[in-house]
Amino acid sequence: MPSQVWAWAAPLMAVALTMLLGGFLFAALGKNPVSVIRTIFWDPLFSEFAWFYRPQILIKGAPLVLIAIGLSFGFRAGVWNIGAEGQYIVGAICGAAVALALYPMDARWLIFPLMVVAGALGGWVWAMIPGVLRVRFGTNEILVSLMLVYVAEQLLSGMALGAMRNPDGMGFPGSRNLAQYPSAANLDLIAGTGMHWGVVFALIAVIFAYVTLSRHLFGFQVRLAGQAPRAARFAGVNPARMILLCMGISGALAGVAGLFEVAGPSGQISIDFNVGYGFTAIIVAFLGRLHPLGILAAGALMALTYIGGGIAQSQLGLPAAAISLLQGMLLFTLLAVDVLTNYRVRFGRREVA
Amino acid sequence: MRDTLLTLEGLTKAYPGVVANRDVSFDIGKGEIHALLGENGAGKSTLVKTIYGLVKPDSGHMTLDGRRFAPDDPAAARRAGVGMVFQHFSLFDALTVAENIVLGMDAPPSPRAIAAEVRRVSDLYGLPLDPDRTVGDLSAGERQRVEIIRCLLQDPRLLIMDEPTSVLTPQEVDILFTTLRKLSGEGTAILYISHKLSEIAALCEAATVLRLGAVVATCDPRTTAPRDMAELMVGQVLQSPVRAARPAGRMALELRGLSARAPHRFGTALRDITVAVRAGEVLGIGGVAGNGQDELVAALSGEMPVAADMVWFNGSPVGSDPVNTRRANGLLCAPEERLGHAAAPDMTLTENALLTGVTRKGLARRGFLRWPQARHFAQEIIAGFDVRTPGPENTARSLSGGNLQKFVIGREIMQDPQVFVVNQPTWGVDAAAAAAIRQALLTLADNGAAVIVISQDLDELMEISDRFCALTEGRLSEPRPARGLTVDQIGMMLGGAHDMEVAHVAK
Repeated sequence: MPSQVWAWAAPLMAVALTMLLGGFLFAALGKNPVSVIRTIFWDPLFSEFAWFYRPQILIKGAPLVLIAIGLSFGFRAGVWNIGAEGQYIVGAICGAAVALALYPMDARWLIFPLMVVAGALGGWVWAMIPGVLRVRFGTNEILVSLMLVYVAEQLLSGMALGAMRNPDGMGFPGSRNLAQYPSAANLDLIAGTGMHWGVVFALIAVIFAYVTLSRHLFGFQVRLAGQAPRAARFAGVNPARMILLCMGISGALAGVAGLFEVAGPSGQISIDFNVGYGFTAIIVAFLGRLHPLGILAAGALMALTYIGGGIAQSQLGLPAAAISLLQGMLLFTLLAVDVLTNYRVRFGRREVA
Repeated sequence: MRDTLLTLEGLTKAYPGVVANRDVSFDIGKGEIHALLGENGAGKSTLVKTIYGLVKPDSGHMTLDGRRFAPDDPAAARRAGVGMVFQHFSLFDALTVAENIVLGMDAPPSPRAIAAEVRRVSDLYGLPLDPDRTVGDLSAGERQRVEIIRCLLQDPRLLIMDEPTSVLTPQEVDILFTTLRKLSGEGTAILYISHKLSEIAALCEAATVLRLGAVVATCDPRTTAPRDMAELMVGQVLQSPVRAARPAGRMALELRGLSARAPHRFGTALRDITVAVRAGEVLGIGGVAGNGQDELVAALSGEMPVAADMVWFNGSPVGSDPVNTRRANGLLCAPEERLGHAAAPDMTLTENALLTGVTRKGLARRGFLRWPQARHFAQEIIAGFDVRTPGPENTARSLSGGNLQKFVIGREIMQDPQVFVVNQPTWGVDAAAAAAIRQALLTLADNGAAVIVISQDLDELMEISDRFCALTEGRLSEPRPARGLTVDQIGMMLGGAHDMEVAHVAK
């Protein structure tokens, strides 16, 4: 058993190791590794233009944290929802559908809450598909939820080009811009801070998850189901109900994240609306040790790599793929560090049993 | 006195934090059946592993037949004439008996030659075994014969047997003992490890008792009372369970034609089980593991729901009720597997107390957990059942098997059950803890609960049950009063020896 200290030291080591390996990667690309690392991890927070980048961290971090919090329930209980990206897209489509259907009605008190509910519902329904198939027919929720991401992407482009296309858009793909529709817009609550409703929801989700996991019977059952499935049954946990609840929570939170994105930072349903938050959130969840506060920190860090990566791309000419690689490397090194904290590598012959 | 075969002199082996063997010295004579006694953790396994070349001692040495004996690995030990039959078999289910035996040999002959050799040896020692059968189809007793014959083919001069009878029916035990006596008569020494003192009294001519890694006594089991040997092992005076005479109470639990399909490929189907238990009564259910014990407990606990009218509790049908409804009403269970089923290994004792205690002990209010009360409940269990642990914040995994078992049983008993079903209550538990657990079960019955004890240990069942029945292949025999049952009668109830089957096939 690794100690409590190591459980938290491992993610920090993984971050350090990723910077090191990333440095080699950037050097191989012919860049100065020190300046690239500084651009990614330091400049967004402390450079001359940090006032511009800091709000961006909230905007990028909120969906990551929201989705990762939802995923952490399932991951703790041994329910592997890999398709948060699809649930995120469908949540955005459903939320936007409410706004577009009621356009140009002027009733923010009704429309915006309704959009949030529709977004959550959309994500929930999309997650229920693999959930119900797993419970009913024993299908693998990893594969089904993942494949539904691609279905959702097709749905998204269908919407952007067809049903949801802006009638005043002169034939360009994409819906009306919701950020310009006051009843539906998810704008900064305090101008210039990046603090939109999604950030508020993400913080509420963190607190909710923290309380549930440490103080509520459901959280206890989630942990039990993941650690000792037979003991969970013995404690009266219904495995099918647990699967549906965990899929439902993660789907609903991913859907809400999609809604906040489409109503604010992105503004419209477009072909390239999704940028992989649903997948990156998996890394965030594990980097945060599936712990709500850890996820908050990991979400902030991952948002930093998005922003810093963007800067490095525009200022140093780093390819976008290099940033994705860096993010993936984070999960990879975390897994490697975990393996090495749990097991010792031994060379030579095995003892005869 | 026989000629000495193996001499152990001052063997010491220390692991970090514990001395497994401390200056162990004794002799085993040629052809002697020598018992090695001790509680769990007394150092028996380390000692036999030393003899079998799996462990190197820190100091001390061994002499075999007058020559220095220090095997580097089991192959060297086997070449020197030491064979060992482990408690857990290492056989491949999909291969035949002959193929399995060939795989375990250092210089294997052809499978055909082996088949003839297996037939010869199995005839010679009265161990019926068909070399062409697939191991997956064999009973536990037959699998053990495969292991024994594998050893015998190497002409051992010393055969080590670790808890050989734990999986056998009484008739199979008789067959095994006949074989061992024959081997002994031919000059093969046997080092016999067992918890079952009555067996040792019947079989062995000398015994060495280990406690905390050191030899504390040697005795002749034929003349020493089993009770005295038990006290030597434990180092204290043993309390025999006592119980008051109980009048038959009201009907507490009734099974009416309980049938269920096997829950998974390796499970056992339950077939038409009908039995009734009254308040204040202990019903013992015997049988070799894998005959439906787990499934029966699952049907009673609610983990495997059945038709409602198959299980009646206090006069109402509960067969389809979920786990916590039954628990709330007072039907509690303790499954066999402690780690992973009765308790979550990496959770603290407080969390594990909560695991089943939440319903009856009111450890949650409107879904929110009351951690201080849960901790208090865990502390009560620890104090009430003498669980040796620094405190309730330790994980279940950190407890020894016996201590965790006391915790698990205590957790259910402290919830004041009306019906308590327990599977293998003292499996792998040392003598003192086992006695404490049995006493707790009897006290529970004295206080008016109906208790069902499922166990492979027939001595235990005879000691505490009022009525006894046997579970074989998912069928439950008619219960009979436990007092006055003979070993033969029990054996017949358990379905007799499995070698009947073999004789049938060979015909």
